[in-house]
Amino acid sequence: MRAPSESDIAAGEVLLAVENVSLSFGGVKAIRDVSFDIRKGEIRAIIGPNGAGKTSMLNVINGFYTPQEGRITFRGQTRNKMRPHDAAAGGIARTFQNVALFRGMTALDNIMAGRSLKMHRGLFWQLIRFGPAMAEEVEHRLRVEEIIDFLHIQHIRKVPVGRLPYGLQKRVELGRALAMEPDLLLLDEPMAGMNLEEKEDMSRFVLDVNQHYGTTIALIEHDMGVVMDLSDRVVVLDYGQKIADGTPDEVKKNQAVIDAYLGVAH
Amino acid sequence: MDVLHHIFVDPFVQMAQAPDLLVQTLWEGLVGGILYALIALGFVLIFKASGVFNFAQGIMVVFAALTLVGLHEKGVPAYLALALTILVMFGLAFSVERLMLRPLVNQPDIILFMATFGLTYFLIGLGELIFGGEPKVMIASELGLPKGSIDLNMLGGFISLQKIDIAATIIASVMVVSLAVFFQKTRIGRALRAVADSHKAALSVGISLEQIWVIVWFTAGIVALATGIMWGARSEVSFALQIIALKALPVLILGGFTSIPGAIVGGLIIGIGEKLGEFYWGPLLGSGIESWLAYFIALLFLLFRPQGLFGERIIERI
Repeated sequence: MRAPSESDIAAGEVLLAVENVSLSFGGVKAIRDVSFDIRKGEIRAIIGPNGAGKTSMLNVINGFYTPQEGRITFRGQTRNKMRPHDAAAGGIARTFQNVALFRGMTALDNIMAGRSLKMHRGLFWQLIRFGPAMAEEVEHRLRVEEIIDFLHIQHIRKVPVGRLPYGLQKRVELGRALAMEPDLLLLDEPMAGMNLEEKEDMSRFVLDVNQHYGTTIALIEHDMGVVMDLSDRVVVLDYGQKIADGTPDEVKKNQAVIDAYLGVAH
Repeated sequence: MDVLHHIFVDPFVQMAQAPDLLVQTLWEGLVGGILYALIALGFVLIFKASGVFNFAQGIMVVFAALTLVGLHEKGVPAYLALALTILVMFGLAFSVERLMLRPLVNQPDIILFMATFGLTYFLIGLGELIFGGEPKVMIASELGLPKGSIDLNMLGGFISLQKIDIAATIIASVMVVSLAVFFQKTRIGRALRAVADSHKAALSVGISLEQIWVIVWFTAGIVALATGIMWGARSEVSFALQIIALKALPVLILGGFTSIPGAIVGGLIIGIGEKLGEFYWGPLLGSGIESWLAYFIALLFLLFRPQGLFGERIIERI
């Protein structure tokens, strides 16, 4: 399924690059000619005011949107658009701004659903359910239990996620993405709507994922404190255009960024 | 007073006086209800996974039964014909996904609904073209389904159970239980539920919508085949049979469009309610209750519990 092996891109090399990507919906230009890259092993933040095109960018990267122009290079393979299935199969996992969980299912089943691509027994064995399909189920359940331990959500395993408080839903969603054992994890505002304590927990999880599993992370976040603490490099979008790209310190001092956030006198 | 007495007292007195008749009526209702439940189940499967209200579910029942009988008429042995029919239903599911659902992806629900109308008339035409329009007899005994009845001497009278009805009950129960296990415990079942809950989240974990759609339409096709065999064995296999699909509507309103247990309980309530109504209250109203009682019950539900017994309550945030 996953043609190039995980080891073929060394830490620090470009894992994914978007070049000259433009995306519009009818007359609205959501992204205009944006290029940037994500290097293996880093935490890359995408920031910008509301409506800057950040979420659209994530949707382009995992194939939900097809850009009119531009190229996407992932693991050395260049293409005009991603397809969601190819993105998932290639090791891109994501979470959503407004939490997209399978609400009727338990936390455990949600995370197990993240293993979908890793389980291969066909319909026939699934129908019989015993034998190989059962063994496979058990094997993947073990991995999922590790993730559940890692995220400290043992106590809500069997609860339908629709009943969980928002902060825990976000954690389950992260768990589902981690269950895919991704190489690139896209997080769309992982701390939105959280209180300080929850934010600190989530920040720690993000750092742990990055350090322990070596997962490359691209995240959109509005809390500047979080962004500056977590990320290695930051790209700044405004009105669909890239206005800055660099380390948190560089970006902080960038005049265009200050203008975009604070407004500028005309 | 007299009228009230006839409506609220008399029928129950009759029930108490002749328990054997009551049990017989309940049994008939149960069997009818199971068949309604099976049809409703086909609707729910497709509605959950793709949000399409599949008007063609009724004709799928007829088409499956017709294919089975037609193949046998052309000299194919019964069990081989059954296997081939299952294959045909898979072909149908595959073609529906490729030729109907995929080109219409992201279109409004009403468009997909209309497309299933088109599918209905296409299947009617295709069925008539290949197998002819005249009613056929289901090959029940060739498939090893039992004939005749069991008469039980109990409750001060006779209760007569058709063996085919007993078989239908057992097969339907086995089918529902295995579907439930399949949905709850396997990867593909989980994927089906995932797609039903959120398309975008399902896509993000690499679940293929196309594959899932083929699987649900195929499953609905198998359910349709089972329904067609059972129903065909009780009467005959004809295009008029697709009208029973309309009976699934009140069942769905009762049970909720997205709930499998709802489809089953709803089917049983409608089936039993119809028979009881017909038998005990029918004489009061000049009979014929069977044809409208289901819709009346559905109407009451729409007034007081629009999400059905098991449906999800729709809460819209504004």
